[in-house]
Amino acid sequence: MSEAVAEGTAPRPHRRLPIPPVVPMIVALIALWYVAAVPMNIKEALTQVERDGAVVSPESAVERRDMSNWALVARNPQHIAGSWATARPRLPAPHVVVEELYDSTIGEEVNGRRGLVRSGSLSNRSLVYHGLVTLNATFVGFLIGAVLGVALAIGIVHSRVMDMSVMPWAIVSQTIPIVALAPMIIVVLYSIGVQGLIPKAVISAYLSFFPVVVGMVKGLRAPDGMQLDLMRTYNADARTVLQKLRLPSSVPYLFASLKIAIAASLVGAIVGELPVQRGGLGARMLAGSYYGQTAQIWAALLTAAALAAVLVGLLGWLERKTLARMGMQT
Amino acid sequence: MQSAAAQSAPAPQSAPAVVSARNLFLTFQTADGPVNALSDVTLDISKGDFVSFIGPSGCGKTTLLRCIAALETPTGGKLTVNGMDPDAARKARAYGYVFQAAGLYPWRTIGGNIRLPLEIMGFSKSEQEERVARVLDLVELTGFEKKFPWQLSGGMQQRASIARALAFDADILLMDEPFGALDEIVRDRLNEELLGLWDRTGKTIAFVTHSIPEAVYLSTHIVVMSPRPGRITDVIESPLPRQRPLDIRDSPEFIEVAHRVREGLRAGYEE
Ligand SMILES: Nc1ncnc2c1ncn2[C@@H]1O[C@H](COP(=O)(O)OP(=O)(O)OP(=O)(O)O)[C@@H](O)[C@H]1O
Ligand SMILES: [Mg+2]
Repeated sequence: MSEAVAEGTAPRPHRRLPIPPVVPMIVALIALWYVAAVPMNIKEALTQVERDGAVVSPESAVERRDMSNWALVARNPQHIAGSWATARPRLPAPHVVVEELYDSTIGEEVNGRRGLVRSGSLSNRSLVYHGLVTLNATFVGFLIGAVLGVALAIGIVHSRVMDMSVMPWAIVSQTIPIVALAPMIIVVLYSIGVQGLIPKAVISAYLSFFPVVVGMVKGLRAPDGMQLDLMRTYNADARTVLQKLRLPSSVPYLFASLKIAIAASLVGAIVGELPVQRGGLGARMLAGSYYGQTAQIWAALLTAAALAAVLVGLLGWLERKTLARMGMQT
Repeated sequence: MQSAAAQSAPAPQSAPAVVSARNLFLTFQTADGPVNALSDVTLDISKGDFVSFIGPSGCGKTTLLRCIAALETPTGGKLTVNGMDPDAARKARAYGYVFQAAGLYPWRTIGGNIRLPLEIMGFSKSEQEERVARVLDLVELTGFEKKFPWQLSGGMQQRASIARALAFDADILLMDEPFGALDEIVRDRLNEELLGLWDRTGKTIAFVTHSIPEAVYLSTHIVVMSPRPGRITDVIESPLPRQRPLDIRDSPEFIEVAHRVREGLRAGYEE
C-alpha cells in the first residue's frame, strides 16, 4: 500500500442489496398462499355456494366430507374463487388478511366508535393499541434482558467460578419451553401482587438475556494475545482492560446478539399475553382462535412480524452508525 | 578524526545494569512436547546501552524480550530489570514495548491509540495532547492523528505503534523488529531518528532485528543468537562513536563489525 491510499478521503463504497429479486419472491409467495387457500377452504366454500343455490358436485354433503380437498377442487373448478371469500376460512386469502389489517388499524381508529378520531384515544379493538401494549412489554423486557446479559457476560469473563456455574444454568434455562414456563411465571408473580406489564417483561427478559450472554462472552474474549499483552505492559487493571479493550472489541458481537434478543423479547411478550386476556398482540391471536377468526390471527401475526422487522432494522441502523463512528468497516 | 575522544565516550564499566540475566532458561510446554526457547542466557544491559538482538527466525529473540517485559516467565535462572523482579518493573511502567506487529486498536484513531497509555497512566488532557503531537511529529505522522489504522499503510501503522511506545517516556524501550515492514529509505530515516532520540534521552534500548547493517548502525552492543535451543553465541561491542551519520556504514570499522556479526551468525548455524 502506498501513502496515497491513506491520504485519500474518498468515502467507502456503499454496497446495496439488489432490490429486484425481492419482488418476484414476494409475488411468488403470495401466489402460493392463494393456491394453498383453495384446498384449505374448498369444503366450506362449497357448502356456502350450495346454500346460495349453486350446483356443486357431488351434491351430497356427507359424500363431500369424506372426499379429499384436491378432488373437490378438481370437480368444482368454477367455485375456486369462492374459497377465497368464505366467512370462516381455515386459511384466509391474502387480500382478506390485508382487509382485516386495514379495518383493525386505520379503519378502526378513523371510523370506529372507540377510535382515535372519535374518542381521542386508541381503540382497544385496534391492532395499533394492542401492538403498543406488546411493544411496551418488549422494550422493558429487552432492556432488562440486555443489561442482565451484559452483566452476566462480564462476570463470566472475569470469574472462573461464574464461568463454570452460571453458563450451564443459562443453557438449561433455555431448554425449558417458554409456553410451559410462562403461565407459572404469571401465576407466581400474580400471587405476590405483580401483574400487568411486569410479568410479560420478565418473560421477555428470560428469553432475551441468553443470546446477549453468549454473544457478549464471545465478544469480551475477542481481543487477541497482543492486544491484551499491550495492556499488561501498561500495567492496566482489569477494569481498565474491560473499559478500553474488551468492551470496544465486543461491540460488533453485542449488536448481533441484540438483534436476536429483541426478536426473542417480542416473542416473550406475546407468549406472556396468551394466558392473560388483557390486551396485546398475543391476546388478539388467542381471541381470534377462540372465535374462529383466522383473519384476525393472521393480521396480528403480520403485525408482530412487521414489528420485529422494524425493531431489528432499527438495531441494524444503530449498529452501522456505531461501527462507523468506531472506524470499523462493516 | 577524533576517534580517541569517541573511544572514551562509552559508559564506564560501573554503569548500573538495567537488565541482568543469569543462566536464563525458558521451556514452552506444547502439545508436541517441550520447546526450548531460551537456554543458558546470560547478559547484562547497562543504562544507556543500545543492544540489538540478531539471529535466525525462531531463535528466541522475541521470547527474551518478552521475559524482560514480564510477559513471559523464565523457567530457570535469574532475571532483574532496574534491579527488581521483571514483574515489579512492569508494574512500575519501566518500559515501552513495540510489538513485532503494529497491534493498533482498530476502533481508536491514530491519535487515540497513542493516547491510550497516557489515559491509563493518568496524564492530564493537555499533557496528552502535547505528547501525542510530539511523538507524531517524531515518527512523521503529523496530520494523521484523526485517521483510523485501516486508513494507513502497514509501515505507517508500525510507526504509529512506535509513537505509542514513546509517548509515555519510559526509560527502557523494548522493540521487536519495529522496522521490519518498512522500505529501505524510510527505515534509514527512522534509524537515524531513533539514534538521535536515544542520544538525546539516554534511554536504554533493546532492539530485535534481522538486518545486520541495521544492528551495526544502531547498537552499542550486538547480541548474536543461535537457533534452538536459543542461546547467545556472541556479544559484540561496537567501536563506533555515539554520533553516527548514515555514511558511517561505508567506513572500515562498520564493515569490520558487520563482518564479525555475520561470522557469529554463521558459526551459530554450523553448530
Ligand atoms: N507461546 C509459545 N508457545 C509455544 N512455543 C512458543 C511460544 N512462543 C514462542 N515459542 C517457540 O519458541 C521459539 C522461539 O520463538 P521466538 O518468537 O522467540 O522466536 P524469534 O527469534 O522472535 O523469531 P522471529 O525472528 O521469527 O520473530 C520458537 O521455536 C517458537 O516456536
Ligand atoms: Mg520474533
